[in-house]
Amino acid sequence: MPATADPWDVLVIGGGLAGLCAAISARKLGASVRLIESAPSESRGGNARHARNFRAAHGAPAWHSPGVYTADEFLSELRKASAPQFDEGLAQELIADTTGLASWLMDCGVRLQDPRVGVVPFSRRTAFLLGGGKAMLNALYQTAAGIGVVVGYGAEAVGLADRPDGGWSVEVAGAERQRIAARCVVVAAGGPGADPEWLRAHFGPAADGYSIRGCAYSNGHAMQMLIEAGARTVGDPTTCHIVAVDARGPRFDGGIVTRITAIPYGLVVDRDAARVDIESHDVGRTHYARWGPRIARCPGGVAFLILDAGALERAAPTALPAISADTIAALAGTLGLDADALARALEAFNAERSGRRHPLSGPPFFAFPMRPGLTFVHYGVAVDERMRVRRRDGGTVATLFAAGMIMAANILRSGYLAGLGLALAAVSGRRAGEAAARHAAG
Amino acid sequence: MPPDSAASEAERVLRICSACMYCDGLCPVFPALAGRHAYPANDLNYLANLCHNCRGCWYACQYAPPHPFAVNLPTALAALRRESYAETVWPRLLGRAFRRPALGAVLIVAAALAAMIAIVAASGSPAALWRVRAGPGSFYAAVPWSVMAGLAGVSIAWAIVSMAASTWRFWRAIAPKVPGRALWLAAGPALRDIVTLRHLGGGGPGCNDEDIRFSKRRRLFHHLMAGGVALDVAATLAAAACQDVFSWPPPYPLASLPVGLGAVGGVGVVVGAAGLLALEARADRAPSERGESVLNVAFLVALEVVALSGFALFALRDTAVMGPLLVVHIGTVVGLFVGLPAMKSLHAPFRAAALLRAAAEQKASEGKEGARAARVLSE
Repeated sequence: MPATADPWDVLVIGGGLAGLCAAISARKLGASVRLIESAPSESRGGNARHARNFRAAHGAPAWHSPGVYTADEFLSELRKASAPQFDEGLAQELIADTTGLASWLMDCGVRLQDPRVGVVPFSRRTAFLLGGGKAMLNALYQTAAGIGVVVGYGAEAVGLADRPDGGWSVEVAGAERQRIAARCVVVAAGGPGADPEWLRAHFGPAADGYSIRGCAYSNGHAMQMLIEAGARTVGDPTTCHIVAVDARGPRFDGGIVTRITAIPYGLVVDRDAARVDIESHDVGRTHYARWGPRIARCPGGVAFLILDAGALERAAPTALPAISADTIAALAGTLGLDADALARALEAFNAERSGRRHPLSGPPFFAFPMRPGLTFVHYGVAVDERMRVRRRDGGTVATLFAAGMIMAANILRSGYLAGLGLALAAVSGRRAGEAAARHAAG
Repeated sequence: MPPDSAASEAERVLRICSACMYCDGLCPVFPALAGRHAYPANDLNYLANLCHNCRGCWYACQYAPPHPFAVNLPTALAALRRESYAETVWPRLLGRAFRRPALGAVLIVAAALAAMIAIVAASGSPAALWRVRAGPGSFYAAVPWSVMAGLAGVSIAWAIVSMAASTWRFWRAIAPKVPGRALWLAAGPALRDIVTLRHLGGGGPGCNDEDIRFSKRRRLFHHLMAGGVALDVAATLAAAACQDVFSWPPPYPLASLPVGLGAVGGVGVVVGAAGLLALEARADRAPSERGESVLNVAFLVALEVVALSGFALFALRDTAVMGPLLVVHIGTVVGLFVGLPAMKSLHAPFRAAALLRAAAEQKASEGKEGARAARVLSE
């Protein structure tokens, strides 16, 4: 195994948004920067590939972000979403950083969308990326390469050893096994969402039936490496963000399009065709994250949403067309459900009159098979305000940094806010990259 | 790709796009998908012709291969677009030229050769074509006016009638159900989009003409080529006016309106078409549909041949090769016009029709929103 003689100033592990922001920031301060991405180039970018917008505070309207969204408002919304115990001081600092985020990204070649173009919803809280997360990643990879960041694909960090000079030697598996020496290491390789074994260990065997909405490369192995090296953990490994997704979607990487949002318009049954009481029939966005755990508790971790033509028309378009049948018995047959039980459940559903809900008058009838879709886990490693990794036994490691979803649990212990993942990844990445470059420079 | 599978693949991909919509700022195809559940054939054909093949969505796509959804909207819509030409073109026999795009090139070459043979046959003795002639009336001494005007007139009339009929059939199929007023109000914005090629700006940064980098070269070269064609049409009209109104027979000097317009237009066509051919040659194949590439290349090469033979004729018109060059130039012009309804040229009126529908639907929704806003204010 060849060891590189001359250590890099900064080695960034992970080529998602946090890693790219860290690499670019460090390079802009003059550091020599190596970035390793475990995915091949066609699948690069981690879960930022599936993102669309980022949350950013702004004191005045900008062309890309109408109105005003103050840091105080941002913080109070975060406080409401997250469980009580979160690092409020760190949250304040990171929120303050989001005020300059849009212009920093644009300086790096990222294009934002004019809210008057297209059909994006009006949002003063979040700025939209023109073409979405992958378009942003393409721009950042181009910028990084242009300023001299050395990027390697298909390279996964599998070992972390300290060096006598205080730096690190990182063992990398890939096309060829190698060791990369660096004065500082930024770990930005994502949470443990896509590691089936880790999920089984924390969520039980039912986790095998979950769809993983993020990319298959975000397996948390680098996070595990930090924990083994003595990093303090934050958050609860059994708390996660789960939504209802189309059971026919792919195991990994379904992203936004397999999400099922029409639950308030129809009847949900389990595999025994028994009515599933999904208590809230509110169409509000925060309720997506309640339906997922409810489906996870159903027998076999599956459920079926039954709609009629009117309900389907009210629903948002879906990536996979609904399964349809002319009678409820035929629909039950297609879904492998007991026809009588499904008919009874439908009758009971229609007999109920609640709120604004429409009865399902069909035929024809439509159905979406559903399973839980895991977005991310509220768990990671503790960091200080420079994104330096905190040790279990107190203090921080001066040359080891964590950025992106791997540190998100410092300020988000439960729930979610739209655009928060990208915002946290970008600002924590920038902080980590700058701090690492400054430390490496001495 | 057989017709049904082109439509079903486009529908499969568009459903994923409609659930995603991350590209809605790139071009009008995506806003046209908003809230859509059904994809009738006419709407699919409309969407396929609204696509400018800018490929921005391919590089931005989170579901592109190796993702199992394997989304490739540019090729799916290009295949469907070709199929929409095939099923809409009039006369219907020409549909074959779009399903097997090399046939279009064969048609144009055959028509050009036939025209050349007809000209030579009509001019009496082929040997006489090689005689050195110069000055006013020398063209008609080589090729009689009646032959030249007859062939050109018939082929141009054919092109106009066929393309107008095809366009009318397409518009009838895709016309939006909007009030006439919305259509009228949309004419201006649609015309602006057509003339400026706004959507080859990719929503700002440009398009992925060749690869992952953004560029506005395709827009530039397309402007040069289309502007060149427009100037050449103007040159032809000017020549007709000189001859028929002012009784001044060709050839004309460089400083005349017909030759001046024709020369500038010809340079536009030569440079623009060459630029587009170079982009086609260098472009990343992954988001390219092979059949559409063949259509593009055949049309661009035909334009180049016509323009270059025109320049050759101008440069050598006082020599012994004038006669043969005149035969070649007129033959290629006739071939181009005969082939025009069965070539990529059909995309111009079809895209214009699609842009008109997009603008009309935009106006109609603005109208509804305006009415809603007024209602809210009055409440």
